[in-house]
Amino acid sequence: MDVSQYLDIFLDETKEHLQSLSDQIMKLESDSEDMNTINEIFRAAHSLKGMAGTMGYKRMQNLTHDMENVFSEVRNGNLKVQPAMIDVLFACLDALDEYTQNIQNTADEGTNDNEPLIKRLNDLLQGGNNSAPAEQKKEETKAEPPASADSGSGSGAEKWNDIHLDDAQIHVIQEARKQGMECFGINVVVQDSCLLKAARAFLVFKAIEEKGEIIVSNPSAQDVEDERFDKDFTLLVVSTSSLDDVIKAAQNVSEIASVTGAVIDLEKTKDYKPKEETPAAGPAAAASAAPAAAASAAKNTADKKPAENKQVVKRTVRVDIEKLDVLMNLVSELIIAKNSLVSATGQVQAGAGVGEHIEYLERVTTSLHESVMKVRMVPIESVVNKFPRMIRDLSKKLDKKMELYMTGEGTELDRTVVDEIGDPLMHLLRNSADHGLESAEVRAQRGKPPVGSIFLDAYQDGNNVVIEVRDDGNGIDTEAVKAKALERGVITPDQAAVMTDKEIIDLLFLPSFSTAKKVTDVSGRGVGLDVVKSKIESLSGEVEVKSQLGVGSTWTIRLPLTLAIIQSLMVNVGGEKYAISLGSIQSLESIAPSEVKLVQNKEVIYLRGSVLPLIRMDQVLDVKSIRGPEEEITVVIVKKGDKMAGLVIDELLGQLEIVIKPLGKYIKQCKFISGATILGDGEVALILDTNALI
Amino acid sequence: MDISSLKNTAQGTEDGKEETTQYIVVGLGSENYGINIRYVDNIVRMQRITRVPKMPNYLIGIINLRGEVLPVVSLRLKMGLETDVYEKSTRIIILKTENEGKMGVIVDNVREVVTLGSSQVDKVDYDLKSEGKNFVTSVGKRENGELVSILDLNFITLEENTQ
Repeated sequence: MDVSQYLDIFLDETKEHLQSLSDQIMKLESDSEDMNTINEIFRAAHSLKGMAGTMGYKRMQNLTHDMENVFSEVRNGNLKVQPAMIDVLFACLDALDEYTQNIQNTADEGTNDNEPLIKRLNDLLQGGNNSAPAEQKKEETKAEPPASADSGSGSGAEKWNDIHLDDAQIHVIQEARKQGMECFGINVVVQDSCLLKAARAFLVFKAIEEKGEIIVSNPSAQDVEDERFDKDFTLLVVSTSSLDDVIKAAQNVSEIASVTGAVIDLEKTKDYKPKEETPAAGPAAAASAAPAAAASAAKNTADKKPAENKQVVKRTVRVDIEKLDVLMNLVSELIIAKNSLVSATGQVQAGAGVGEHIEYLERVTTSLHESVMKVRMVPIESVVNKFPRMIRDLSKKLDKKMELYMTGEGTELDRTVVDEIGDPLMHLLRNSADHGLESAEVRAQRGKPPVGSIFLDAYQDGNNVVIEVRDDGNGIDTEAVKAKALERGVITPDQAAVMTDKEIIDLLFLPSFSTAKKVTDVSGRGVGLDVVKSKIESLSGEVEVKSQLGVGSTWTIRLPLTLAIIQSLMVNVGGEKYAISLGSIQSLESIAPSEVKLVQNKEVIYLRGSVLPLIRMDQVLDVKSIRGPEEEITVVIVKKGDKMAGLVIDELLGQLEIVIKPLGKYIKQCKFISGATILGDGEVALILDTNALI
Repeated sequence: MDISSLKNTAQGTEDGKEETTQYIVVGLGSENYGINIRYVDNIVRMQRITRVPKMPNYLIGIINLRGEVLPVVSLRLKMGLETDVYEKSTRIIILKTENEGKMGVIVDNVREVVTLGSSQVDKVDYDLKSEGKNFVTSVGKRENGELVSILDLNFITLEENTQ
């Protein structure tokens, strides 16, 4: 079967299940008795197994199968949840995650069998039964399946007598009999290895319906469809065909273990119709039916609770991003149309009526734009909900007690930003956990609670989204940073003497700068913070730190709500129009040619106490400047982090809200062009990537 | 699948079930070139092209096609002919390619659409291909005796990174 077309869905759902497993196991760790959680875990593991099996990912299936075994023992109360088990389960999740990654990248799960993990899982299973009474239990459990199978096949012949019939159904059967049809009871047992029980059952239903009519099904058809049955289900069928025909039809469906059936003795069942069960089969059947009923009742309650939970889960529609892009294109076209209308009326000096219409158009386009942007927005939840698990692992690894508190997981950001923000946040959290929080002894000395707190708060602030990572740890020791910087030769002693605390803290963002005394595998290699900073800046955001020694530090990331539309400054260089993102512009200056100095044969200007390199845009862009050499030059001061530079342009054209369009795959080489935009008159203007210029 | 849907049934009646393909015939200088119609998305008039700096000379720039920004390539420069002179008849053919997305190519004019059966199209022999740049996959012979060189789309869409 070609399943590649389902790969996307498979990946999406697998990720969802893995996330839910991770969440639930975390929950389980804090409350090991919660049956709901255990059921939820069991369900997620089971779905994973089924999905992996359907897609043909055998290794993934094997691992989930063994995990499921553990959960199943826990659910049955044969195994207690202990910390070691949680650790193994998390390791399994990591392994599953790895499979998923492999599948995503190569459509293949990889060759890692994860045998050690499977062994650990099996050890868990056995370990739980180590003690003497447990040994018995183990035997019991071992003995149980065949026993239940026996009773299954034994009482299977009578199961249809257990079905409760109401008057209408009895009436149907009687009528059918009058018309010469027979009523059969059919019991279908699905193979243990069957993954898609519901699908098989559906095929059985279909096959039987070709032969006759299904009057009653136990469990109900709906339950069967939702896979809410164990291994078998029982049907009452009226048919003109012979019993053998009906049974054969059902047996033809693959992965069906056995089909048994008999002609129903209605007179008997009818006699006992007020009762739930038909004891016609004698006390044996009643005895076997009673626990079954109890079990099903228990199952029902177990089922009901998660079902309630399920409704809380928001219903979402997966939308192809391409469709959204088309919508986005249309909206931007509308904006362009509006812009051209605005500029046209400006020229014609049109009457007031036209102006009103344009205002209306403007309102519509603005709100349309907003709503389309909202479609692209996703909550940061998808990124941050892996952090509690990470902090838990860190806590063990670093042997520090810590707790992560998150707020504002629902804060929404553009999809592209959300996809990128995970790594920087992870770095900051690791940083807080490793460098920020003190060891237990130090915390005790300082009178802080033994459990360190890390906070992750997200909220919207105007056109920005702010994400704060805060800890109540040591804060940044500026003296230590300064000493380290001196030692590394990053700054001179003279510089160090005059640096403000803020400037010193900013040193942390320099590449290969780490103050950790020892390198752990958590942090300390000095690749963290500069990566954080450059990543955030590539998303047009900024990051800043506030810190108080001994009290804690706060890292604040500020990101624009959306990347597709930006405010820009339009400039003219050699008769061509270019856009520069307003976010990167520091100031605009008009400078006399005589103020341009040469340092190491490079042009610089001296501006408010700092020396800025000049970049002649006409040379960069291979055009001829329309200004004479004697005229004053117009300089756009742009910044990239701490670095600044002056871009020499010919003319300022004004501020404009622009829609960023990609240049397409064909144009690859251009480094300092980040995209294009369409102006009101339909002309295309290029957007300068000032970060690449500096 | 695409080709079969483009089968010209009128042509098909003439000689049974021969596979036919439609080509857009464009003029470049004195020569005629055919472009397989299934790669053609659109034909638009010459319009303002925004230059992109630091690009090979044949990559003229980018245009706005109904809100989409597309690169435009000069076939003349790509083939090593003299620079285009934009006239009223100059057209931009928007091609949709599998690997590079949509792109435009500038041609002197668009002449007509021809339907050629597979027997009318001959692969270009090796000798002709080996000399210099080869941008023609095959040559079609029309009933009136005219020859149409069928352009190799790979040649147009492939970037020359030698620059």
